[in-house]
Amino acid sequence: MSVEAWTFVMVGLSFALYIGVAIWSRAHSTGEFYIAGGKVPPLVNGMATAADWMSAASFISMAGLISFMGRDGSVYLMGWTGGYVLLALLLAPYLRKFGKYTVPDFVGDRYYSQYARVVAVICALFVSFTYVAGQMRGVGIVFSRFLNVEVEIGVVIGMGIVLFYAVLGGMRGITYTQVAQYCVLIFAYLLPAIFISLMMTGYAIPQLGFGSTMTDGAGGFLLDRLDGLSRDLGFGEYTSGSKSRWDVFCITAALMVGTAGLPHVIVRFFTVPKVRAARISAGWALVFIAILYTTAPSVAAFARTNLLTTIADQPYDSVPAWFRNWESTDLIRFEDRNGDGLIQYSGDPLVNELTIDRDIMVLANPEIADLPNWIVGLVAAGGLAAALSTAAGLLLVISTSVAHDLLKKGLKPDISERQELLVARIAAAVAVVIAGYFGINPPGFVAEVVAFAFGLAAATVFPALFMGIFSRRMNQEGAVAGMIAGLLFTAGYITFFKFIRPELNDADHWLGGISPEGIGALGMVLNMGVAWGVAMVTPPPPDKIQALVEDIRIPRGAGESHEVSA
Amino acid sequence: MAEPEPQSRTRYWRRNLLYVELLLVVWFVVSFGCGILFVDELDRWRLGGFKLGFWFAQQGSIYVFVAIIFVYVLLMNRLDRRYGVDEREGEGGDR
Repeated sequence: MSVEAWTFVMVGLSFALYIGVAIWSRAHSTGEFYIAGGKVPPLVNGMATAADWMSAASFISMAGLISFMGRDGSVYLMGWTGGYVLLALLLAPYLRKFGKYTVPDFVGDRYYSQYARVVAVICALFVSFTYVAGQMRGVGIVFSRFLNVEVEIGVVIGMGIVLFYAVLGGMRGITYTQVAQYCVLIFAYLLPAIFISLMMTGYAIPQLGFGSTMTDGAGGFLLDRLDGLSRDLGFGEYTSGSKSRWDVFCITAALMVGTAGLPHVIVRFFTVPKVRAARISAGWALVFIAILYTTAPSVAAFARTNLLTTIADQPYDSVPAWFRNWESTDLIRFEDRNGDGLIQYSGDPLVNELTIDRDIMVLANPEIADLPNWIVGLVAAGGLAAALSTAAGLLLVISTSVAHDLLKKGLKPDISERQELLVARIAAAVAVVIAGYFGINPPGFVAEVVAFAFGLAAATVFPALFMGIFSRRMNQEGAVAGMIAGLLFTAGYITFFKFIRPELNDADHWLGGISPEGIGALGMVLNMGVAWGVAMVTPPPPDKIQALVEDIRIPRGAGESHEVSA
Repeated sequence: MAEPEPQSRTRYWRRNLLYVELLLVVWFVVSFGCGILFVDELDRWRLGGFKLGFWFAQQGSIYVFVAIIFVYVLLMNRLDRRYGVDEREGEGGDR
């Protein structure tokens, strides 16, 4: 069977699986819709969190990104895993003890303030919309590259699938679909990685192959060869960095803290039955994430080495078949500028003749390793699984924010549970349509807004939650002032360098040498500083709130402190 | 069973903070320390085909992160039982 036929089969089978799971696990109450009734076992929740977290960007783009950045790519690897340590040690168990459904629930109750709740809702909505647009775009790209379907039609199909199981199933449906999606995506990621590792180093485990010698008989460790090749072509050593240490430090910090503050990740820890379960399920989540995140840098190094040994300075007439296949998609472009028939690939733009889209490092892997067509189809299904699982988690945050945080806890407290559930479903449906619109007509700044999402989560949500748990003295005035200071500072800084004066976006103009990607770290410090200063000169929180803080600090009593299905 | 005494609660919380602080020091050292601040210095040593600093930045730190969470879970579950604040059977669940 052809690649295209296999892709249809693999994608079709995986979609049928998700729909089946969604029908079997649909939600009946708001409790089930928002947090799956709080009955998700820790291992299952860990797997669902991993699928929730790993997006189209992690699956399709990250390895390619690292491949071109070398050691500087570590900011993503450490940033997007290290945040789980903060989540597990500083937030998850306490938020689970608090109970309830959402991040704005905690912020609103802990700071006894509708203002605080509204600021938290705005942040949650902004972060989620930013993200979900990117996922829908990812769905469209996978469809168009593998199935020759228009991006628009691909996005509409993706919208239909997510709409079906997110609206019908709520958190319960999403959780169990995400488990299925995790299995599809990790299998699709590992299989080509294992074969490439075998091909290049003789080791079946990519993480070991990464640090061993190559099998082509030339001797020497893979990474040393890669360093040498990169140096010769004028790219700089692969295992050395070009960004400043301080900026790498700040970007990593912003990504870590931002990760711990993302509402769609945090809400997953409301779905487990106990505090003990929340702790261990963060551990399982990181295990499942680490499987992909330790494979990605290996794939990056393999793909880069392969590119430099089999393509660079080779005659165009003798390139491997995959090169020609992907040339037709425009992801690889070769222009023989000096007419010598050789492919000059160089860090010097005057000599370079090859343009490569970074996504190709993952997408073309199966062909580079000469794997059968069904594995190519599987990679397409894996990319879709990654995009859809993340999109669904985000849509749920959006629908919960509207139905629960804005309506039930804000504008219309007297609506019945059935009405609230209906509103939640309508909100999810509207959100899918908006996300689909942005997927088809992507704003030109998708990459920029990701810095925004992490920066805002780091500068607003995380400090508010952290101080709410670890400081009894933190009051509403402090928290609200801190969040607003963090929000304005971070949003202002990013907007200035990304949108208003992009020509000034270089290290000479940055505040303290921190790029817009890393400014969330400073925003967080500012938030805490302002919050602390304001809290010291305003009255302490009421006794009831101080008792609440005491209560969330001990695990006993989880599940008793709140109503059954509010 | 009676609610834990306020004094014992304070001791429980202090011990909890101590565990969290120690584990976060490890978290900081392997990622920000070994993977970023001292990465070039560590690159003088090797671990098989890896320069050591590079290995921490792209592999080692992630393995240690996983270990940190599981150590935390073990320590906290033991602490909960010692201070009698662990969740009783049948607690939690249906919501």
